[in-house]
Amino acid sequence: MQYFVNVTLTGLTEGMVYAAFALALVLIWRSTRIVNFAQGSMAAATTFIALALIQDGQSYWVALVVALASGFVLGAVVERVVIRPVEGGPELNAVIVTLGLFVAIQAGIAIVFGSSFQSFGTPFGLQGFQVGDDRIALTPNSVFVIVSVLLTMALLVVLFRFTRVGLAMRASAFGQEVARLLGVRVGRMLTLGWALAAVVGSLAGLLIAGGEFVYPAYMDSLIVFGFVAAVLGGLDSPVGAIVGGLVLGLALSYVSGYVERGSALVNVAALAILMVVLLVRPGGLFASSTARRA
Amino acid sequence: MSDLQSPAAPAGRADDEAPGPATAAADEPTPTGRRTLLPGSTLLRHLLVLAVAAVGAVVLLEITDPFTNSQLATLSYYAIAAGGLTVLTGMNGQISLGHGALMAVGAYTTALFLSAEEPLPLPLILLAAVVVATAVGALVGVAAARLHGPYLAGATLALAVGLPGLAIYFHDLLGGEQGLRVRAPRAPEAFDSFISAVSGNAASNTKWLAYLGAICLLITYFLLANLVHSRIGRTWRAVRDQEVAAELAGIDLGLWRVLAFTVSAAAAGLAGGVLALVVRLAAPSGFTLVLSLSLLTAIVIGGLGSLLGALLGSALLVFLPPFVTDLGSDWGLNDTEAAQLAPFVYGVVLVVVMIFAPAGVVGTVRRRWLTRRATRSAAGPSGG
Repeated sequence: MQYFVNVTLTGLTEGMVYAAFALALVLIWRSTRIVNFAQGSMAAATTFIALALIQDGQSYWVALVVALASGFVLGAVVERVVIRPVEGGPELNAVIVTLGLFVAIQAGIAIVFGSSFQSFGTPFGLQGFQVGDDRIALTPNSVFVIVSVLLTMALLVVLFRFTRVGLAMRASAFGQEVARLLGVRVGRMLTLGWALAAVVGSLAGLLIAGGEFVYPAYMDSLIVFGFVAAVLGGLDSPVGAIVGGLVLGLALSYVSGYVERGSALVNVAALAILMVVLLVRPGGLFASSTARRA
Repeated sequence: MSDLQSPAAPAGRADDEAPGPATAAADEPTPTGRRTLLPGSTLLRHLLVLAVAAVGAVVLLEITDPFTNSQLATLSYYAIAAGGLTVLTGMNGQISLGHGALMAVGAYTTALFLSAEEPLPLPLILLAAVVVATAVGALVGVAAARLHGPYLAGATLALAVGLPGLAIYFHDLLGGEQGLRVRAPRAPEAFDSFISAVSGNAASNTKWLAYLGAICLLITYFLLANLVHSRIGRTWRAVRDQEVAAELAGIDLGLWRVLAFTVSAAAAGLAGGVLALVVRLAAPSGFTLVLSLSLLTAIVIGGLGSLLGALLGSALLVFLPPFVTDLGSDWGLNDTEAAQLAPFVYGVVLVVVMIFAPAGVVGTVRRRWLTRRATRSAAGPSGG
């Protein structure tokens, strides 16, 4: 029973990170109908910036703020420079451009920061809380992970629901022509959308790195998990991304915890889940029926 | 309604006729009144090209040093896989980021069959690699046929990241992280005497593998070139360019998509088999996501939808890294940093090509050529 609780808690914590990463993909998909396969590399880049600052003696929080800020800039630059020319074009071209970015940024990280494994610290402990006589798999760090993802989601809800900028962004995503006629600077809103998504992605990258080793390709699985989570939720729905992330986190945690040598099967399990969902419900669990055609 | 858009629309313009190797010019329908020395039948023309290419391959392999020989062996398996991917992505408009995983299937099959006490003859083993990869490809293809664009990319991405995990899980059979060593069979005596008859050089094992790769490459491209010029190829392009019209014409879109995936997986399986022989190892580290993305790079740079483009792109994959790495060392980068310069260049080139020349090298050159020819013979419509 205690083992089950621990596996579940681990799954929920990791699921929150997948949810955040999926949310970043969904933000971009909603505004530009592009899946940003470079998301993982971009997040890795900002994580390495944070790592460099921490190794330089700065505090975790300074590093966190700088990493998120550089994520914002990176997202905006990427949208302006390389995504703008392929936006609205054939799907294949956009996919290939984000894949090119994926490879280039990952190699760039290796050139600038080296490709060795480096440990990434956490602001909080990795020792599980004591409940009665047992230690459970909920650590101060996982509380930090869960709280920061929830906080980010709350901030996004406030932004999109209650501010003028949020309204303009929703309008740009919903109908570019109409929004433009009503005086919305659509281009600017799309750039902002990519920048915000990159911030959320960077946060996910930093959170998954905490207490682990990082290397330029450490986000490779996460881009798959994030994509699977987003597709589980329908790719179009922020709520779906969160639910999808949690479901995936739990599922993968159970595979890794209950199947013998299951940790080798985590990526395969993600593949299997994706295949089943796409075959049974290609639109995802939360998507409106038209979402995939738009 | 992105369903209606052809995923490779800009590339597709100039690609209506996809060339076999080195036949870019010959493939254009000859306008009346223009004489050509090449035979009119596609099959005969491809046989002629095959013969010329075979002679060219022998000459190339005999005049180059052993190191270049081994580079050419590497080129052959990249090009075989890229040729298959061209059929899938270029002709049929389905993107796959999972072809590295399908190569792994071929490589592991080859390694397992070769590790038997009394291994089967090599052609049979490679055929087995093709068959197994084809079966896996058909399975994936059934799922993939219902997906498009980013969904397909994501699903095949998951394949590339997930499948090597199986090799670690079944480590008793597949050797885990270390992988399986491959005992490449010795060259037959007929080969040795052939080499000494042709050039007087001694036949080394490296050379044998290079020849093996070249033979597989020529056979694959010959078959693929004929396939894409047949009714099957035209149907694939119809499915890619005019989904609705194709469906109205009674074409079962799903079936043809699965077929394209299967054919392309067969090529990937053969490529994996050749890779296992050349590298002498089938291990998860050999089939990273970067491999799958490199194949995509090759076909995009060469020109989506052209086998010649796939060959050129593969050559770039083989010959660019040493060049770029040297350049990096000259700039004062250390070895590991310099090694990352090649993927960096691939990535940048992928982005730049997609933005400025989506038709790739072959497509862009061909389009220029067609435009020039059209303006020259302005009297009537030419070139189809």
